[in-house]
Amino acid sequence: MNIGIVVFPGSNCDRDCAYVASDVIGQSAQFIWHQETSLGEMDAIILPGGFSYGDYLRTGAIAHLSPIMDAVKAFAKQGGLVLGICNGFQILLESGLLPGAMLRNRGLSFRCEEVYVRVENAETPFTNQCHPGQVLKIPIAHAEGNYYTDPVTLSSLQANAQVIFRYCDADGQSTGPSNPNGSLDHIAGIRNAAGNVLGMMPHPERCAERALNNTDGFLVFQSMVASLKTQARLTAR
Amino acid sequence: MKAKIYVTLKEGILDPQGRAVQQSLQTLGFPAVEDVRIGKFLEVDIVETEQAAAEAQVRSMCEKLLANPVIENYRYELTEVSLPK
Repeated sequence: MNIGIVVFPGSNCDRDCAYVASDVIGQSAQFIWHQETSLGEMDAIILPGGFSYGDYLRTGAIAHLSPIMDAVKAFAKQGGLVLGICNGFQILLESGLLPGAMLRNRGLSFRCEEVYVRVENAETPFTNQCHPGQVLKIPIAHAEGNYYTDPVTLSSLQANAQVIFRYCDADGQSTGPSNPNGSLDHIAGIRNAAGNVLGMMPHPERCAERALNNTDGFLVFQSMVASLKTQARLTAR
Repeated sequence: MKAKIYVTLKEGILDPQGRAVQQSLQTLGFPAVEDVRIGKFLEVDIVETEQAAAEAQVRSMCEKLLANPVIENYRYELTEVSLPK
Protein backbone atom coordinates (compact mmCIF):
# COMPACT_ATOMS: atom_id res chain seq x y z
CA MET A 1 0.00 0.00 0.00
CA ASN A 2 1.21 3.52 -0.77
CA ILE A 3 0.55 5.98 2.02
CA GLY A 4 1.05 9.63 1.14
CA ILE A 5 1.87 12.05 3.90
CA VAL A 6 1.26 15.69 3.08
CA VAL A 7 3.90 18.05 4.42
CA PHE A 8 2.98 21.67 5.08
CA PRO A 9 5.39 24.32 6.31
CA GLY A 10 5.16 23.76 10.05
CA SER A 11 4.06 20.11 9.98
CA ASN A 12 6.05 18.29 12.65
CA CYS A 13 4.49 14.83 12.91
CA ASP A 14 5.06 13.94 9.26
CA ARG A 15 8.15 11.86 9.95
CA ASP A 16 6.51 10.02 12.84
CA CYS A 17 3.62 9.10 10.53
CA ALA A 18 6.01 7.97 7.79
CA TYR A 19 7.97 5.89 10.30
CA VAL A 20 4.82 4.12 11.49
CA ALA A 21 3.59 3.61 7.92
CA SER A 22 6.87 2.13 6.73
CA ASP A 23 8.74 0.60 9.67
CA VAL A 24 5.84 -0.38 11.91
CA ILE A 25 3.10 -1.46 9.51
CA GLY A 26 5.42 -2.26 6.60
CA GLN A 27 3.82 -0.15 3.88
CA SER A 28 5.35 2.33 1.49
CA ALA A 29 5.32 5.89 2.79
CA GLN A 30 5.86 8.95 0.66
CA PHE A 31 6.03 12.62 1.55
CA ILE A 32 4.01 15.02 -0.59
CA TRP A 33 4.98 18.70 -0.41
CA HIS A 34 2.00 21.02 -0.04
CA GLN A 35 2.91 22.91 -3.24
CA GLU A 36 2.35 19.79 -5.34
CA THR A 37 -0.88 19.60 -7.30
CA SER A 38 -1.06 15.82 -7.65
CA LEU A 39 -0.92 13.03 -5.08
CA GLY A 40 0.43 10.37 -7.40
CA GLU A 41 -0.71 6.78 -6.98
CA MET A 42 -1.77 6.64 -3.36
CA ASP A 43 -3.98 4.24 -1.43
CA ALA A 44 -4.34 6.49 1.60
CA ILE A 45 -3.44 10.04 2.59
CA ILE A 46 -2.41 11.31 6.01
CA LEU A 47 -2.53 14.97 6.97
CA PRO A 48 -0.11 15.00 9.90
CA GLY A 49 -0.01 17.09 13.04
CA GLY A 50 2.01 20.22 13.61
CA PHE A 51 1.57 23.94 13.30
CA SER A 52 1.05 24.53 9.61
CA TYR A 53 1.76 28.18 8.77
CA GLY A 54 2.33 28.88 12.45
CA ASP A 55 -1.43 28.55 13.08
CA TYR A 56 -1.78 32.06 11.61
CA LEU A 57 -5.34 33.40 11.37
CA ARG A 58 -6.87 30.10 12.58
CA THR A 59 -5.42 26.62 12.90
CA GLY A 60 -5.45 25.02 9.46
CA ALA A 61 -6.90 28.11 7.77
CA ILE A 62 -3.94 28.88 5.51
CA ALA A 63 -2.99 25.24 4.92
CA HIS A 64 -6.43 24.37 3.59
CA LEU A 65 -5.76 26.68 0.65
CA SER A 66 -2.47 24.95 -0.24
CA PRO A 67 -2.29 23.74 -3.86
CA ILE A 68 -2.26 20.05 -2.80
CA MET A 69 -5.61 20.35 -1.04
CA ASP A 70 -7.59 20.28 -4.31
CA ALA A 71 -6.04 16.89 -5.01
CA VAL A 72 -6.80 15.73 -1.46
CA LYS A 73 -10.42 16.80 -1.88
CA ALA A 74 -10.70 14.97 -5.20
CA PHE A 75 -9.11 11.86 -3.65
CA ALA A 76 -11.58 12.00 -0.75
CA LYS A 77 -14.50 12.47 -3.15
CA GLN A 78 -13.51 9.29 -4.97
CA GLY A 79 -13.61 7.40 -1.68
CA GLY A 80 -9.88 7.43 -0.89
CA LEU A 81 -8.94 7.05 2.78
CA VAL A 82 -7.88 10.33 4.38
CA LEU A 83 -6.69 10.50 7.98
CA GLY A 84 -6.17 13.91 9.58
CA ILE A 85 -4.37 13.92 12.90
CA CYS A 86 -4.44 16.96 15.19
CA ASN A 87 -3.48 19.86 12.89
CA GLY A 88 -4.50 17.54 10.06
CA PHE A 89 -7.99 17.33 11.63
CA GLN A 90 -8.06 21.13 11.88
CA ILE A 91 -7.15 21.39 8.19
CA LEU A 92 -9.93 18.92 7.28
CA LEU A 93 -12.42 21.11 9.16
CA GLU A 94 -11.24 24.30 7.47
CA SER A 95 -11.38 22.62 4.05
CA GLY A 96 -14.95 21.48 4.61
CA LEU A 97 -14.07 17.79 4.24
CA LEU A 98 -15.38 17.42 7.79
CA PRO A 99 -18.06 19.57 9.43
CA GLY A 100 -17.49 21.89 12.39
CA ALA A 101 -14.64 24.01 13.73
CA MET A 102 -12.08 24.07 16.51
CA LEU A 103 -12.13 26.57 19.35
CA ARG A 104 -9.41 27.36 21.84
CA ASN A 105 -9.25 24.75 24.62
CA ARG A 106 -11.71 25.50 27.40
CA GLY A 107 -8.92 25.93 29.96
CA LEU A 108 -6.75 27.93 27.53
CA SER A 109 -3.80 25.59 28.17
CA PHE A 110 -1.88 23.71 25.57
CA ARG A 111 -2.65 20.14 26.66
CA CYS A 112 0.15 17.64 26.10
CA GLU A 113 -0.65 14.37 27.85
CA GLU A 114 -2.03 10.89 27.44
CA VAL A 115 -5.81 10.72 27.32
CA TYR A 116 -8.36 7.95 26.96
CA VAL A 117 -10.79 7.75 24.08
CA ARG A 118 -13.66 5.33 23.55
CA VAL A 119 -14.17 3.75 20.14
CA GLU A 120 -17.77 4.64 19.31
CA ASN A 121 -17.88 2.99 15.92
CA ALA A 122 -15.67 -0.02 15.18
CA GLU A 123 -17.01 -0.54 11.68
CA THR A 124 -14.92 2.06 9.91
CA PRO A 125 -11.77 1.82 7.77
CA PHE A 126 -9.90 3.39 10.71
CA THR A 127 -11.24 1.33 13.62
CA ASN A 128 -12.12 -2.12 12.26
CA GLN A 129 -9.37 -3.73 14.37
CA CYS A 130 -10.89 -2.30 17.57
CA HIS A 131 -13.94 -3.64 19.34
CA PRO A 132 -16.93 -1.37 19.97
CA GLY A 133 -16.50 0.61 23.15
CA GLN A 134 -12.80 -0.24 23.41
CA VAL A 135 -10.86 2.33 25.42
CA LEU A 136 -7.62 3.48 23.83
CA LYS A 137 -4.88 5.46 25.51
CA ILE A 138 -3.47 7.96 23.03
CA PRO A 139 -1.51 11.17 23.59
CA ILE A 140 -2.83 14.60 22.67
CA ALA A 141 -0.85 17.81 22.12
CA HIS A 142 -2.94 20.82 21.17
CA ALA A 143 -4.28 24.21 22.21
CA GLU A 144 -7.24 24.19 19.81
CA GLY A 145 -9.07 20.91 20.15
CA ASN A 146 -12.34 22.19 21.52
CA TYR A 147 -14.60 20.83 18.80
CA TYR A 148 -17.69 22.86 18.01
CA THR A 149 -20.54 22.55 15.56
CA ASP A 150 -24.13 23.74 15.36
CA PRO A 151 -26.86 21.58 17.00
CA VAL A 152 -28.27 20.37 13.67
CA THR A 153 -24.88 19.13 12.46
CA LEU A 154 -24.19 17.54 15.85
CA SER A 155 -27.47 15.62 15.66
CA SER A 156 -26.64 14.33 12.21
CA LEU A 157 -23.11 13.31 13.33
CA GLN A 158 -24.68 11.36 16.18
CA ALA A 159 -27.46 9.86 14.06
CA ASN A 160 -25.06 8.66 11.34
CA ALA A 161 -22.50 7.19 13.76
CA GLN A 162 -19.94 9.73 12.57
CA VAL A 163 -18.52 10.32 16.04
CA ILE A 164 -15.72 7.76 16.08
CA PHE A 165 -13.82 8.67 19.27
CA ARG A 166 -15.00 10.34 22.48
CA TYR A 167 -12.78 11.41 25.36
CA CYS A 168 -13.38 9.28 28.44
CA ASP A 169 -11.66 8.03 31.57
CA ALA A 170 -9.78 4.74 31.89
CA ASP A 171 -13.08 2.96 32.52
CA GLY A 172 -14.67 4.35 29.38
CA GLN A 173 -16.90 6.90 31.13
CA SER A 174 -17.11 10.36 29.55
CA THR A 175 -17.10 12.93 32.33
CA GLY A 176 -16.17 16.60 32.63
CA PRO A 177 -12.64 15.93 33.90
CA SER A 178 -12.00 13.25 31.24
CA ASN A 179 -12.56 15.87 28.52
CA PRO A 180 -9.24 17.72 28.14
CA ASN A 181 -10.40 20.64 26.03
CA GLY A 182 -14.14 21.16 26.47
CA SER A 183 -15.06 19.69 23.11
CA LEU A 184 -18.74 19.36 22.32
CA ASP A 185 -20.21 15.97 23.27
CA HIS A 186 -16.66 14.85 24.29
CA ILE A 187 -15.79 14.52 20.59
CA ALA A 188 -12.18 13.48 19.91
CA GLY A 189 -12.64 12.24 16.35
CA ILE A 190 -15.27 12.29 13.60
CA ARG A 191 -15.62 10.95 10.09
CA ASN A 192 -17.43 12.31 7.06
CA ALA A 193 -20.84 11.00 5.96
CA ALA A 194 -19.30 8.71 3.32
CA GLY A 195 -17.01 7.25 5.99
CA ASN A 196 -13.64 7.52 4.24
CA VAL A 197 -12.33 10.70 5.92
CA LEU A 198 -11.42 10.68 9.63
CA GLY A 199 -10.19 13.57 11.74
CA MET A 200 -8.89 12.95 15.25
CA MET A 201 -7.11 15.14 17.79
CA PRO A 202 -5.14 12.35 19.57
CA HIS A 203 -1.89 11.18 17.97
CA PRO A 204 -2.01 7.44 17.15
CA GLU A 205 1.43 7.67 15.49
CA ARG A 206 2.93 8.45 18.88
CA CYS A 207 1.84 5.16 20.43
CA ALA A 208 2.10 2.51 17.76
CA GLU A 209 4.87 0.20 18.92
CA ARG A 210 6.03 -1.75 21.95
CA ALA A 211 9.23 0.26 22.40
CA LEU A 212 6.97 3.19 23.37
CA ASN A 213 5.11 1.07 25.92
CA ASN A 214 1.82 1.73 24.17
CA THR A 215 0.52 0.17 20.99
CA ASP A 216 -3.05 1.47 21.04
CA GLY A 217 -2.38 3.81 18.13
CA PHE A 218 -1.24 0.85 16.03
CA LEU A 219 -4.88 -0.26 15.78
CA VAL A 220 -5.78 2.80 13.69
CA PHE A 221 -3.06 2.13 11.11
CA GLN A 222 -3.68 -1.63 11.16
CA SER A 223 -7.37 -0.94 10.51
CA MET A 224 -6.52 1.20 7.49
CA VAL A 225 -4.33 -1.54 6.02
CA ALA A 226 -7.00 -4.19 6.68
CA SER A 227 -9.61 -2.01 5.01
CA LEU A 228 -7.41 -1.34 1.96
CA LYS A 229 -6.63 -5.05 1.61
CA THR A 230 -10.31 -5.95 1.72
CA GLN A 231 -11.01 -3.25 -0.85
CA ALA A 232 -8.22 -4.55 -3.11
CA ARG A 233 -9.60 -8.11 -2.86
CA LEU A 234 -13.07 -6.91 -3.80
CA THR A 235 -11.73 -4.95 -6.75
CA ALA A 236 -9.65 -7.90 -7.99
CA ARG A 237 -12.62 -10.22 -7.92
CA MET B 1 -9.66 51.43 -1.01
CA LYS B 2 -9.02 50.39 2.54
CA ALA B 3 -11.17 47.73 4.16
CA LYS B 4 -11.33 47.58 7.92
CA ILE B 5 -12.56 44.09 8.71
CA TYR B 6 -13.80 42.91 12.09
CA VAL B 7 -14.02 39.16 12.70
CA THR B 8 -15.84 38.21 15.89
CA LEU B 9 -17.03 35.00 17.50
CA LYS B 10 -20.71 34.35 17.03
CA GLU B 11 -23.00 34.87 19.97
CA GLY B 12 -23.08 31.88 22.28
CA ILE B 13 -19.67 30.55 21.16
CA LEU B 14 -17.40 30.07 24.15
CA ASP B 15 -14.48 32.51 24.22
CA PRO B 16 -11.98 31.19 26.79
CA GLN B 17 -9.55 34.03 26.02
CA GLY B 18 -12.21 36.66 26.55
CA ARG B 19 -13.24 35.06 29.82
CA ALA B 20 -9.65 35.03 31.09
CA VAL B 21 -9.26 38.71 30.21
CA GLN B 22 -12.58 39.53 31.88
CA GLN B 23 -11.45 37.85 35.08
CA SER B 24 -8.13 39.64 34.87
CA LEU B 25 -9.87 43.00 34.48
CA GLN B 26 -12.00 42.29 37.52
CA THR B 27 -8.88 41.45 39.52
CA LEU B 28 -7.33 44.68 38.30
CA GLY B 29 -10.15 46.68 39.87
CA PHE B 30 -12.83 46.79 37.23
CA PRO B 31 -15.59 44.77 38.93
CA ALA B 32 -18.17 46.19 36.52
CA VAL B 33 -16.67 44.30 33.57
CA GLU B 34 -19.31 41.70 32.87
CA ASP B 35 -18.09 40.19 29.63
CA VAL B 36 -15.16 40.38 27.21
CA ARG B 37 -15.14 38.97 23.69
CA ILE B 38 -11.93 38.87 21.69
CA GLY B 39 -11.97 39.12 17.92
CA LYS B 40 -9.68 40.06 15.07
CA PHE B 41 -9.22 43.34 13.27
CA LEU B 42 -7.71 43.39 9.81
CA GLU B 43 -6.81 46.30 7.53
CA VAL B 44 -6.74 45.30 3.91
CA ASP B 45 -5.62 47.69 1.18
CA ILE B 46 -7.21 46.95 -2.16
CA VAL B 47 -6.28 48.51 -5.46
CA GLU B 48 -9.84 49.16 -6.51
CA THR B 49 -11.73 52.42 -6.97
CA GLU B 50 -15.27 51.06 -7.37
CA GLN B 51 -17.06 50.72 -4.04
CA ALA B 52 -19.26 47.83 -5.19
CA ALA B 53 -16.38 45.85 -6.66
CA ALA B 54 -14.27 46.32 -3.55
CA GLU B 55 -17.18 45.27 -1.38
CA ALA B 56 -17.73 42.11 -3.40
CA GLN B 57 -14.07 41.21 -2.99
CA VAL B 58 -14.09 41.84 0.75
CA ARG B 59 -17.17 39.70 1.25
CA SER B 60 -15.66 36.89 -0.79
CA MET B 61 -12.33 36.96 1.07
CA CYS B 62 -14.14 36.95 4.41
CA GLU B 63 -16.23 33.96 3.45
CA LYS B 64 -13.36 31.99 1.93
CA LEU B 65 -10.59 32.69 4.42
CA LEU B 66 -10.73 35.57 6.87
CA ALA B 67 -13.70 34.31 8.88
CA ASN B 68 -14.84 30.78 9.62
CA PRO B 69 -18.63 30.85 9.14
CA VAL B 70 -19.11 27.98 11.60
CA ILE B 71 -17.98 30.07 14.56
CA GLU B 72 -17.38 33.64 13.38
CA ASN B 73 -19.20 36.68 12.00
CA TYR B 74 -17.60 39.49 10.06
CA ARG B 75 -18.34 43.11 9.27
CA TYR B 76 -16.35 45.71 7.43
CA GLU B 77 -15.98 49.38 6.61
CA LEU B 78 -14.64 50.57 3.30
CA THR B 79 -12.91 53.90 2.99
CA GLU B 80 -11.28 55.57 0.05
CA VAL B 81 -7.63 56.26 0.48
CA SER B 82 -5.59 58.64 -1.59
CA LEU B 83 -2.64 56.74 -2.95
CA PRO B 84 0.76 58.44 -2.86
CA LYS B 85 1.51 60.01 -6.22
